[in-house]
Amino acid sequence: MTDSKFFDEMMNPGGDARPPYSNYADWFSGEDPKSLLKKSAEAEAFFRRIGITFNVYGQSEADERLIPFDIVPRIISASEWRQLERGIEQRVRAINAFLADIYHRQEILKAGRIPPEIISGNEAYLPQMVGVTPPGGVYTHIVGTDLVRTGENEFYVLEDNARTPSGVSYMLENRETMLSMFPELFTQMKVRPVSSYPAELRRSLSESAPPNFSGSKPTLAVLTPGIHNSAYFEHSFLADQMGAELVEASDLRIVDGRVNMRTIRGYKPIDVIYRRVDDAYLDPLTFNPESMLGVPGIMDVYRAGNITIANAPGTGIADDKALYSYMPDIVEFYTGEKAILQNVPTWRCSEPDSLAYVLDHLAELVVKEVHGSGGYGMLVGPAASKKELAEFEAKLRAKPKNYIAQPTLALSTVPIMTKAGLAPRHVDLRPFVLVSPKKIHITAGGLTRVALKEGSLVVNSSQGGGTKDTWVLGD
Amino acid sequence: MLGRTAGGLFWMFRYLERSENTARLLETGFRIALTSSNEAETEWESIVTTAGVRELYLEKYDTFEQGHVINFLLRDKDNPSSVMNSIEMARQNARMVRTALSAEVWEATNETWMTMKTALARPVSVKNLAEVLTSVRQHSAVVRGALHGTMLRNEIFDFARIGTFLERADNTARILDVKYYILLPSSAFVGSSMDNNQWETILRSVSALRSFRWLNEEETSAMGIAKFLILDKRMPRSLAFCASKLAGNLAYLQRDHDGPLPCVEMAAQVNAELAALTVDQIFDDGLHEFLEGSIVRIAEIASQIQQDFRFYG
Repeated sequence: MTDSKFFDEMMNPGGDARPPYSNYADWFSGEDPKSLLKKSAEAEAFFRRIGITFNVYGQSEADERLIPFDIVPRIISASEWRQLERGIEQRVRAINAFLADIYHRQEILKAGRIPPEIISGNEAYLPQMVGVTPPGGVYTHIVGTDLVRTGENEFYVLEDNARTPSGVSYMLENRETMLSMFPELFTQMKVRPVSSYPAELRRSLSESAPPNFSGSKPTLAVLTPGIHNSAYFEHSFLADQMGAELVEASDLRIVDGRVNMRTIRGYKPIDVIYRRVDDAYLDPLTFNPESMLGVPGIMDVYRAGNITIANAPGTGIADDKALYSYMPDIVEFYTGEKAILQNVPTWRCSEPDSLAYVLDHLAELVVKEVHGSGGYGMLVGPAASKKELAEFEAKLRAKPKNYIAQPTLALSTVPIMTKAGLAPRHVDLRPFVLVSPKKIHITAGGLTRVALKEGSLVVNSSQGGGTKDTWVLGD
Repeated sequence: MLGRTAGGLFWMFRYLERSENTARLLETGFRIALTSSNEAETEWESIVTTAGVRELYLEKYDTFEQGHVINFLLRDKDNPSSVMNSIEMARQNARMVRTALSAEVWEATNETWMTMKTALARPVSVKNLAEVLTSVRQHSAVVRGALHGTMLRNEIFDFARIGTFLERADNTARILDVKYYILLPSSAFVGSSMDNNQWETILRSVSALRSFRWLNEEETSAMGIAKFLILDKRMPRSLAFCASKLAGNLAYLQRDHDGPLPCVEMAAQVNAELAALTVDQIFDDGLHEFLEGSIVRIAEIASQIQQDFRFYG
């Protein structure tokens, strides 16, 4: 059932289950496929009823869709997880050190490890943050590192997602769904829990509060753009689970040098804002005079050290594509160690040798625009026509600086449940990392996204991707 | 609690109550249409008027034809108070205040929306009208049940109840005001069978026909009905009942507040006045004038609540 070209996480090429999946495979062989398919349909009804949806913007009105959920778990062994955990922690530590450096002394530029123009000419770098130290010194409180796997011991970081990573509500609800559908599996296998995430998030954010917070404990709030935002469900879910207020910018105002929220009994100060809005919509006075969404003056409060904004403004520079290829250097520069997790090999087309290689191998590579996002301006060589390749070659030659190129990765597969039984599909993994001045916490699990279409490598929910529960096994 | 959250709860429950009230009005109109077809069009007209959407309706249709009225009140996108729009708005407010709701209340609201969206996706015919209306009533009962059974009795609950009783008081006052002339002793129809029919309509549209008969046995009179729907505190849709609940819930909110809130005083005053009022006084001073005055005062209290609790700023 496996395609020899790709590493399947459940089945060995010989047809027996890999060790992390052996208990599951035994259980599965004793189940009736029909009743499993029925459970699969029940799961969908459940998600719809509790309203775990994301909004899709149509022409006239926003429609709410479900992200499809697959009932076959993605299982990671204890030893595999330990390796990932160490690698992620190292990388997140380096990112925070990098951000502190790049907004202060800029040692890494002075040392010549990365070219200054990558920073200075970058929109994600906020000059307003220069010389500003966030409370507790933490820049990225919440990180969702995107990983892909290509072999038994081959993991790559695809993206660092240091701005406002989403998807953690799916990690939690997927687990709840699996617990209620297959309780017996959890008694047979030691699956590490994920349910403490909201409490850990609360702890981590509280530890990051300004030292002069207002009451007996810090007041937290989740800042959302509102019910029409595609991730609104997650915003309200996290606020609810943490016991924090879910606020919109219109609820906030600066009173006596602090950020306050409008309650039925007047304005009350807030100490920590977990913001799920982009930098540009934080403060119209500082960033975007056109914005209706921001809180005028919040950046002054921030600069005075009287509010924690998680993640800090300007963290986007750390997950910018132009910077990605320098991550191994960044990790080494700040930790003094070699990077544990690999970067996807990346050719910077600004360098003549790399450009020559990329032009020679265009049909095998993925070429990305440095400042692009969401797959815009991207070339997937193996899927492109001759004409598209020729057009892209011209673009590359005209502005090589604008592009990076990477090999097309052979993403691992995990089976999904289909009407014809188990069928392998490509997956990625987003573990969730919490950073406070005291510690880095990584929840044992994460969001596994799966491309539901056979052969597809695109796992995005907007393009037919689904999710799976992710099980990290205990020792 | 955020002012915006309080506003969201208030409106969520106003809209839920409104969807139920509109469904009940439709049920009444349908009943009349079935039993006395010669009065049907007039009856549909007064139902549109009671729902407060007469002008909007007339922009679209010239006659009060059954099929048009039913679909306008149930599902027309151009009618902001249609059952579907009310449920849609209730759910939108519920999404906004989701962190303030128990999972049961949210899920019941979401299910109401999902069911009605399917049920009202296409025009509703006379054949399936009863089923649709029953479904609206049942679903709103589930939301109300979840509210009572699972929510803490705190300020969240108070705002939910305040929205409900304001909407309900307004609805009862409108129903009476549209038909006040039938209740006047000087009415030319007194004692006629048409009169009885009309009285019955009024009672049906507040789900009170049986309870009225039960309390009053054989004796049905215009004054009796007016007294029942305005002053009887046993009747959960009467103005006096709504006013006392409103005053009570607002008084709870006042307890944790520094300084007096104008809306609390306004509600307390209306409540006290209704408690002291007799039905003779109402008729002496003019039923229509009394009802119009009541509708205005209800609106004033609503806008004062919005201001006192900082719904919008």
